[in-house]
Amino acid sequence: MAPEAPAKVPAVRPRVEGPGPLHRFVRWDVIVTALLIVVFLGGAFGTSDFATSDNLSFALDDLSEIALIALPMTLLVVAAEVDLSVASVLGLCSALFGALWDAGWAIEMIVPFLLVVGVVAGLINGLLVTRLGLPSLAVTIGTMTLYRGLAYVVLGTKAVAEFPQNYADLATKTVPGTPIPYPFALFILLAVVTAIVLHATGLGRALFAIGAQEEAAFFAGIRVKRIKLLLFVVSGIVAAFAGAVYTLRYGSARADNGLGLELAVIASVLLGGVDFDGGKGTLGGVVAGVLLIGLLRNLLMLRDVATEIQSIVTGLLLIVSVLTPRIAALVRQTRRHHRGTTPAASS
Amino acid sequence: MTKRPLAAVALAAALAVGAAACGGTTKNSSSGDDTKGAAAGGATANPNAPLKKGLKLAFLPKQVNNPYETIVDNAGIEGAKEFGGTAKEVGPSDASASSQISYINTLIQQRMDSILIAANDPNAVCGPLKQARSRKIKVVAYDSDASKDCRDVFINQASSEEIGRSEIKLMSELIGGKGKIAILSATANATNQNTWIGFMKDELKKPEYSGIQLVKVAYGDDDDQKSFQQTQGLLQAYPDLKGIIAPTTVGIAAAARYIDGSKYKGKVAVSGLGTPNQMRKFVKDGTVAKFELWDPKNLGYLASYAAAALASGQITGAEGEKFKAGKLGERTIGKDGEVILGPPTVFDKNNIDNYNF
Repeated sequence: MAPEAPAKVPAVRPRVEGPGPLHRFVRWDVIVTALLIVVFLGGAFGTSDFATSDNLSFALDDLSEIALIALPMTLLVVAAEVDLSVASVLGLCSALFGALWDAGWAIEMIVPFLLVVGVVAGLINGLLVTRLGLPSLAVTIGTMTLYRGLAYVVLGTKAVAEFPQNYADLATKTVPGTPIPYPFALFILLAVVTAIVLHATGLGRALFAIGAQEEAAFFAGIRVKRIKLLLFVVSGIVAAFAGAVYTLRYGSARADNGLGLELAVIASVLLGGVDFDGGKGTLGGVVAGVLLIGLLRNLLMLRDVATEIQSIVTGLLLIVSVLTPRIAALVRQTRRHHRGTTPAASS
Repeated sequence: MTKRPLAAVALAAALAVGAAACGGTTKNSSSGDDTKGAAAGGATANPNAPLKKGLKLAFLPKQVNNPYETIVDNAGIEGAKEFGGTAKEVGPSDASASSQISYINTLIQQRMDSILIAANDPNAVCGPLKQARSRKIKVVAYDSDASKDCRDVFINQASSEEIGRSEIKLMSELIGGKGKIAILSATANATNQNTWIGFMKDELKKPEYSGIQLVKVAYGDDDDQKSFQQTQGLLQAYPDLKGIIAPTTVGIAAAARYIDGSKYKGKVAVSGLGTPNQMRKFVKDGTVAKFELWDPKNLGYLASYAAAALASGQITGAEGEKFKAGKLGERTIGKDGEVILGPPTVFDKNNIDNYNF
């Protein structure tokens, strides 16, 4: 996670990670998109119940929270940080949702309040990382446990149910005329916004710069700490909102809601080709990664494939997604060595 | 980028709260809404209808690879063959409510005739189950109930009251009616465990149990390792603990294993609900004197027949309707669409070798 120590950087042996001509070799996000298309077509032609609008809307609705949280997570991972506390923020907000609803609060009040909780949760993560310089992996493992603990303090072990139907519908019904559930429609909207931020703005370029070389980005005048703090806050807000969606979608507010969801989110982001060391990745890849995991799971379930096999398939896919770019890089490096001893990067 | 992004976010949040402060949908304002869903309204039972051939049933246990659920489901799958139906078991590998939802949705797509579910959360599974019922899929809850208006019938393994009270009676016998006891349960929201624990607490109020003090209810989440650790934790916190009641097959085995290998062996009584095969070793070496369970095979078998009777129109789930459940004979649907399997069996070293499941 940590940026490379500046001592290593000096001119002795420049890293050859730059956008050389061989960079195109490793467009994992393209491969994932291709895989997604293969899975979809395979499903559509091989399994009669797969490509129905009913089934697709179920499959997409199932992905709601993972997909939403994957957006800020992509930004974080690109900037070489990670937020493992997202599922606990979701759980905390679900618990708060239940407790406040029980206490007679209006939903229109509860949701904004949850977003504020998300801001606070994100601020705590962000401040610990940026002000104290702690690694985000460690910080958010801590807050993951902390926020989940708070969730149990709020709601204990009980479950609150019976939320109003009109809001439950909002979390499960589809946009009229399409198989796209409302939460997923929101995801599409936010994905477009995130894609623009990441790939077409100065902020996006700054994220890549931070992820590739934090020191260099800092000396180039990028306000590294402020940007990172913002990322954690956004991650908190989105996780909090996902908590509200989750609660309404399942109609059950519980402290253990979304347990382990952070791993599914990170898996989707990595599968989408974002480099865990930061500095590389595309949002399109992540969207494809999220969809691939979701549709593959749905397809395997429709075909009555045992749960264990489903996990194995997803696990292998993930390993391949992390390995492929590394192996490709290794191949590149060996080739370069064979070509001659010129240590300089190409072009 | 904005100069003060955080300030902007805070402001936006504050505005949102302010804007929302006036009126809205609260628990009280919405409590009137009627969400009975696809209740069995209109349908009438025809007790003489023959069981349909080729029915497709799907068992959706709390989690797959749980030895107890496997026995129930396999017996149900065998039972379905008797009336010419096919049944399968599908389910998540973790006992969480959300993972059952995707399976229900899948089963709807696969157009099953009936879904048989052991609900992880009675409310969370409700929405999709209502969807299933609106598409003429009959829903049978077994082992752990779903909300009443989301299923057609519930096959109760034994009357919850009987189980809860008999657990206390059994434990009282084992510890001589005096001392601290703890309960090691499954997940904190498990419907059946919580009902039993409710009756256990009620039974403890009786004067004959005044010497027994329930010090803690711990949750092992039906995870072997976690249940093991919870047992360890209980004995660290209460070294003078006399007994542990684990009303879950995963919990009782983990508790027995911990006690077996610890200095508490012979000092702390373990009882609860377990399967004979799983507990045989501990009964024979004296760690566990007695435990209870209903016959899980009969539970799955009965559920299978109930599903078939529903799907064939013999019953609709109304109180008083009767159906034939193969070798188990005739059953009657009780209050709230419940069908009771029968009283639990107590296993000890004298009879345990008669059972193999």
